[in-house]
Amino acid sequence: MDAHALMLSRLQFAFTISFHIIFPAFSIGVSAFIATLLVRWRRTRAEHFHTLARFWTRIFAVAFAMGVVSGVPLSYEFGTNWSRFSLVAGNVIGPLVGYEVLTAFFLEATFLGVMLFGWQRVPPWLHVTSAILVAAGTAMSGFWILSANSWMHTPSGYELHGGIAYPTDWLRVIFNPSFPYRFAHMMCAAYLTVSVVVLAVGARYLLQRKFETEARTMMRMGVGMVAILGPLQLLLGDQHGLNTLKYEPAKIAAIEAHWDDDGPAAFVLFAWPDERREGNRAQLAVPHLGSLILTHEWDGRVPGLKDFPRDRRPPVAPLFFAFRLMVGIGTILIALGLTGAWLWWRGRLFGTRWYLLVASWAWPLGFIAILAGWLTTETGRQPYIVYGILRTADAVSPVSAATVATSLALFLIVYFAVFSMGIRYIYRLIDRGPKAAILKTPTLPGGLASRPLSLGAPHQEDESPGEPRA
Amino acid sequence: MNPAGLSGAAYWLPVVSAAVIALALAMYVVLDGFDLGIGILFPYFPSETLRDQMMNSVAPFWDGNETWLVLGGTALFVAFPLAYGVIMPALYVPVILMLLALVFRGVAFEFRWLAKPRHRRWDIAFAGGSTAAAFAQGLILGGILHGIPVAGDQFAGHVFSWLSAFSLMCGCGLTVGYALIGACWLVMTTTAEAEQRARRLAQPLLAALLFFILLVSVWTPLEFHRVAQRWFSWPNLLYFSPVPLVTAVLAVSCWRGLTGRHPTLAFYSAVGLFLVAFIGLVISTIPYLVPPSITVWQAAAAPSSQGFILSGMAVLIPMILGYTVFVYRTFRGKVRPGQSYH
Ligand code: HDD
Ligand code: HEM
Ligand code: HEM
Repeated sequence: MDAHALMLSRLQFAFTISFHIIFPAFSIGVSAFIATLLVRWRRTRAEHFHTLARFWTRIFAVAFAMGVVSGVPLSYEFGTNWSRFSLVAGNVIGPLVGYEVLTAFFLEATFLGVMLFGWQRVPPWLHVTSAILVAAGTAMSGFWILSANSWMHTPSGYELHGGIAYPTDWLRVIFNPSFPYRFAHMMCAAYLTVSVVVLAVGARYLLQRKFETEARTMMRMGVGMVAILGPLQLLLGDQHGLNTLKYEPAKIAAIEAHWDDDGPAAFVLFAWPDERREGNRAQLAVPHLGSLILTHEWDGRVPGLKDFPRDRRPPVAPLFFAFRLMVGIGTILIALGLTGAWLWWRGRLFGTRWYLLVASWAWPLGFIAILAGWLTTETGRQPYIVYGILRTADAVSPVSAATVATSLALFLIVYFAVFSMGIRYIYRLIDRGPKAAILKTPTLPGGLASRPLSLGAPHQEDESPGEPRA
Repeated sequence: MNPAGLSGAAYWLPVVSAAVIALALAMYVVLDGFDLGIGILFPYFPSETLRDQMMNSVAPFWDGNETWLVLGGTALFVAFPLAYGVIMPALYVPVILMLLALVFRGVAFEFRWLAKPRHRRWDIAFAGGSTAAAFAQGLILGGILHGIPVAGDQFAGHVFSWLSAFSLMCGCGLTVGYALIGACWLVMTTTAEAEQRARRLAQPLLAALLFFILLVSVWTPLEFHRVAQRWFSWPNLLYFSPVPLVTAVLAVSCWRGLTGRHPTLAFYSAVGLFLVAFIGLVISTIPYLVPPSITVWQAAAAPSSQGFILSGMAVLIPMILGYTVFVYRTFRGKVRPGQSYH
């Protein structure tokens, strides 16, 4: 197989899926946030919940559109670039992806229409229900695709005939050993990331002395969620790691840059892993801590990289650094959440300028941690595409390197051009803030009597001529 | 039809799966057909109000419509991994082209409103993306019908194996067809100037689509022996004779709908034309998924995989159709100038 075509296909897949995951992570979190706001609005009738829900719905619409258009290419790339993978794993992975489309994509896409455009078209309860269905759809989508992905890490419930995987037990396929951990960790990552974004936007408005009622709500909801989800994520990540040690020990050895299993493992704080020399340069390590973290025992033993033949080892340096980046950000977010909670308890959350400043800059952290986490997980599975069954090198389609190079270049150009504009538009929406997001009374197609906009009315005068029809 | 002499589940599961894929493709071609058609017609509607009106007439639906494409691709992956693994690399160029084009037209739905008053580039993205996506889909269709070289379960051609006069013709034909249902949709769902312009465009588009249908009907049996055999052998000739008849009836009723102010009749007749053409193509290719070598049975996934997904589909597809109808009903009616859901 053409080595260049393989490398380029890997780059293309990594690039397109890394771009994609940014938007789903955001969509999963924001849709849940909007549904919560709408439910609270129906319960309390407090106006600012409604204002906030409409504001975030505008942002959600933009992110969701980007999620959809970046997701559609992925479902075709399995065939265009990984046709051998489709053939070998299709019997097992196919139905999982199929169920994602049937249970999640249609649900999201259809009720999104009602959620975005139905503010006056349908009764409020139905509108709230649509928002909840969209949020449930995004989570369901995560359920199926993460099941498929986890199966690639820890395949189970199948047999091989002639090199092709045949399912024998669907429950064991779906709930394969790493799935519960990966699903919990990824969902928590999405909700955590968006909580940080909400917190950052609230902090930013408070610093600018704008939209203070809404900003306080965002700060409270954001801090509360980060303070709970941050530590939870640490717990889930720890369990996830224990499970990985059991099923993919080479990945853990690479994450820890642990070469020799010659006694209790040290925890390497910093080092420069050198694959050629099979060791670390400039290592800074804490004895026994590695064993303690990975086995929860003082003298626990952990397999080292040298226990695996060279051609079964994942690349070490990217895993080592990406993992530390993720855990580092996790630690920062825990600190952010707990500090915020403490300030809140002391009644100083809205007046502590340094905290607001830090919080307002924290919004990208979750996204970076998610990318770092996926890089760890996926690169750690190498050289396999389906662990123990199919090597990545044997999974690639019979397309030439020149063809893949061209498509990769096009993806790069188009994605950067289109999605950088999208992110700018989101930034602008946030800059304008919740009031501008409220419509001038929309007129309705179809000549249906337009019920007066029951609650948005007070904000109508905020609409200035140059604004988009939010 | 069934050279392997299969029986029971091994025979029926692939047939049912193929029917589901056909359903997904038909839903896609009709539903996304009219919103791609609107994009194709964008250049003929120069003013901002007209374009707002056009976009608003599909804004709540486009995402659901596009999901049928995802279902079509995924169902092929699920039920016929072998065919999926052959077709996708064989059609690498038009598939990637279609995906990139769909990026542009998809984001335009949101970005165009946010960019106002500097939204011109998203007008171009919407029109260009819709047109390129339609054309690429035609290339894909033409490439499959034309036949794909296969050796040892893998695609064995080169990057441009799909390129032929026939596939280019399919590209043009599908683009014209989408433009026609787009125009009929606008006649049905808009008012005033937008409606009139759409009506004026729809008539020549109908004529052009009929021309392409005729061209395909003559070209495929002449070039592909298997197609000629399928249609012109006895008693098939008798069974399939309603196809051209129904086509003629639908063409007339579409024309009458357009001239006689029955926009709903025109739209449904145009949809009917599409479906009949689609059935015609299915008749020509059955039982192949990858003509002329891989049949539905050869390409089929493990029976357990097909059974697992089909049992879910039996429940979920009716549900999906149900709430699709609900959303179309919720947003039914005409969009007037200056009106917006946004
Ligand atoms: C943890 C969640 C998650 C992960 C790992 C992925 N996706 Fe995704 N995807 C979603 C969560 C999601 C979502 C939340 O359901 C989306 C994202 C943005 C959106 O707005 O819906 C979506 C959209 C989306 C769409 C468009 C759906 C539509 O038409 O409405 C497709 C076809 C895919 N994805 C396909 C994939 C594939 C093939 C993936 C892996 C290789 C993948 N996604 C990873
Ligand atoms: C959504 C979050 C995900 C991200 C950010 C991600 C990231 C990556 C990265 C960085 C690679 C390249 C690794 C390397 O080559 O060293 C990769 C490979 C791959 N991943 Fe994922 N992945 C994600 C989810 C998934 C899912 C859900 C699936 C399938 C169901 C999947 C299937 C693959 C495949 C087929 C490859 C190609 C093999 C390869 O390039 O090595 N990934 N992914
Ligand atoms: C706080 C300490 C954290 C620990 C101990 C931890 C642990 C882990 C481990 C061990 C993996 C690799 C699993 C495997 O493939 O075997 C992983 C993956 C991942 N992490 Fe973390 N993590 C932490 C924080 C975070 C944070 C803050 C985020 C994002 C907001 C995050 C997002 C991810 C993602 C997206 C993946 C890839 C998907 C998966 O395998 O679940 N993690 N994490």
